Amino acid sequence: MNFLFRYANPHEFMRLSGAVLPVFAVATALCLAIGLYLGFSVPPDYQQGTTVILMFIHVPADVVAELAYGAIAVCSLLSLVWRHPLSDTAARAAAPFGAMFTALGLVTGALWGKPMWGTYWVWDARLTSFLLLLFLYFGYMALWNAIEDETRAARACAILALVGMVNIPIIKFSVDWWSTLHQGESIMSGKIAPVYLAPLLIMMLGYVLLFLTLWMVRIRTAILERRARNLMREAAA
Amino acid sequence: MISSLTAEKLACARGERQLFDGLSFRVRAGQALAVEGANGAGKTSLLRLIAGFLAPAAGRILVKTGDNESDDAEERGRQVGWLGHLDGLKPQMTVGEQLSFYARLYAVGDADLPSVLAQVGLGARAEFPCRYLSAGQRRRLALARLVVSRRPLWLLDEPFAALDTSGQALVSHLMARHCGDGGIIIAATHDPLGLGNESLKL
Amino acid sequence: MSAFVTLLLRDIRLAARSGGSAALALSFFALVATLVPLGVGADLHLLSRVAGGVLWVGAVLSALLSLDRLFQGDFEDGSLDLIALSPLALELTALAKIAAHWLSTGLPLTLLSPLLALLFNLPGPATAILFVSLLIGTPAVSAIGAIGASLTLSLKRGGLILPLIILPLLSPAVIFGAGAVQAALDGMAAKDALGLLAAFATASVLLSPFAAAACVRLNLGG
Repeated sequence: MNFLFRYANPHEFMRLSGAVLPVFAVATALCLAIGLYLGFSVPPDYQQGTTVILMFIHVPADVVAELAYGAIAVCSLLSLVWRHPLSDTAARAAAPFGAMFTALGLVTGALWGKPMWGTYWVWDARLTSFLLLLFLYFGYMALWNAIEDETRAARACAILALVGMVNIPIIKFSVDWWSTLHQGESIMSGKIAPVYLAPLLIMMLGYVLLFLTLWMVRIRTAILERRARNLMREAAA
Repeated sequence: MISSLTAEKLACARGERQLFDGLSFRVRAGQALAVEGANGAGKTSLLRLIAGFLAPAAGRILVKTGDNESDDAEERGRQVGWLGHLDGLKPQMTVGEQLSFYARLYAVGDADLPSVLAQVGLGARAEFPCRYLSAGQRRRLALARLVVSRRPLWLLDEPFAALDTSGQALVSHLMARHCGDGGIIIAATHDPLGLGNESLKL
Repeated sequence: MSAFVTLLLRDIRLAARSGGSAALALSFFALVATLVPLGVGADLHLLSRVAGGVLWVGAVLSALLSLDRLFQGDFEDGSLDLIALSPLALELTALAKIAAHWLSTGLPLTLLSPLLALLFNLPGPATAILFVSLLIGTPAVSAIGAIGASLTLSLKRGGLILPLIILPLLSPAVIFGAGAVQAALDGMAAKDALGLLAAFATASVLLSPFAAAACVRLNLGG
């Protein structure tokens, strides 16, 4: 816990992230490049044909979509319980990226499913859960924007994020239950052939690094914005 | 019965503004404290801090009851009789219903409500819906609620506001009686309390 | 306990006197039940198949209408300050308000549902299940709605954000509730769905007061 608090100081965070950011950016680019290259060069799936490349774009997006919400929940807990000062900024910064990856997952999921289903959307259990997750992100971001007092907004959103975190397993369970009633197992779950595993894992790593990189940049921007606002306030006084 | 309330090095910030810092005072049973200051100086914030709505940025508030001394905000809140800016009255409820509601909520029973209403000059208005009350009458009802709550620590925000001379005299009388009974009063006010009290300037 | 009942009765009385939030919710519910057939056509067979879902969604939306005022009224006129200082714990205050909201909104909606089920040609046994599912599930709507209400307490136009926040959280209730009706329609036992709904509702009612109280405290300190 002390380790986390060492970087609670915005100065420290700026220093550390400034040093680490180029490394992350390069690693992200490398992973994505390698992953995509491998993805394009795998043998086509007997069932899905060449659209299997979409799996490499879709599955990691889903992984990061959930990871981002988890990150927001952890930051919210840090904010509420331990009053960690940067965690509010971090939570708010993560949300748009979480929403983007969720939306990416939905679009690529629909594209990936069309050859199999014949249509873009069949209320597949996994995709439906992610659609609800997208709404959770929208609600979270809307609440941040709606409450004017920043401290109050931070605390309210922290509570909302934790309530959402508790609910997500329940929502997923209920959507799964609903889906098996109507149409059997989700078409998108299932075993991954070993030859696909390597590109998939590399892409997942690439996406996670991408999220972390973007997140860091956004937190830095938020810290700089706050500094600018404080300077303006002092100048006006 | 509270024997004393001690504030130690209280600091309060609203948003990014520091309102006050290092504030210390003590009020004993039977005493009153007037909090003075310009608008926006933090008088209401101090009252809300004492009531336990706000947490101080630094420092603490100790309440001594008998041999016990505690800085728990919730416990302190249960000792507070609150008279704020807003009157907390529902337009659709009658005077009697409002007072009875608060009496029951504060677990003090509604036996002697008619006499309290008479004391504040609303004895004849018990059946009136609150929407027909004037500002001064609302204040009087709020004072009745204060008296009924039987709380030892009175936190009053501008107690003389919206009242005519007889209303102000009523407030002074009630405050004097409360202190005489061993209660504590902390009031944010622009006018003198007239209770031989201390003054705190923010 | 008597402080709890006092607050509960007051909130019900206030709801009754402000032109009745019940009347508004019931009208809205009936309107939704009228508009959908206008939209999808009067094929009775089709309507009976969608009745569970449409009426459940309609009930949830109708119950939402009065939620944004759950704490806001008391917050704006200073009553919430006084209630917070009472011996009643804030969590119990939240629970009392949830109960009052259900009694003045959720319960009337449930009582109206068999009549609306008639409009959808829902057979008797399925209507009974619809009634039971709403009876069990609408408390969850009030409970989770209270969390949204306390989060948006200080917002002037919080009424727009509140549905956005809580509707995703209420999807399990809609799924299990309408699922129960569907099971009854298909001649199967609805008890699985009702059991899940009951578990969800119980958990919501037990846990929501804590979240709502935390949000109220947050806003009182503002």
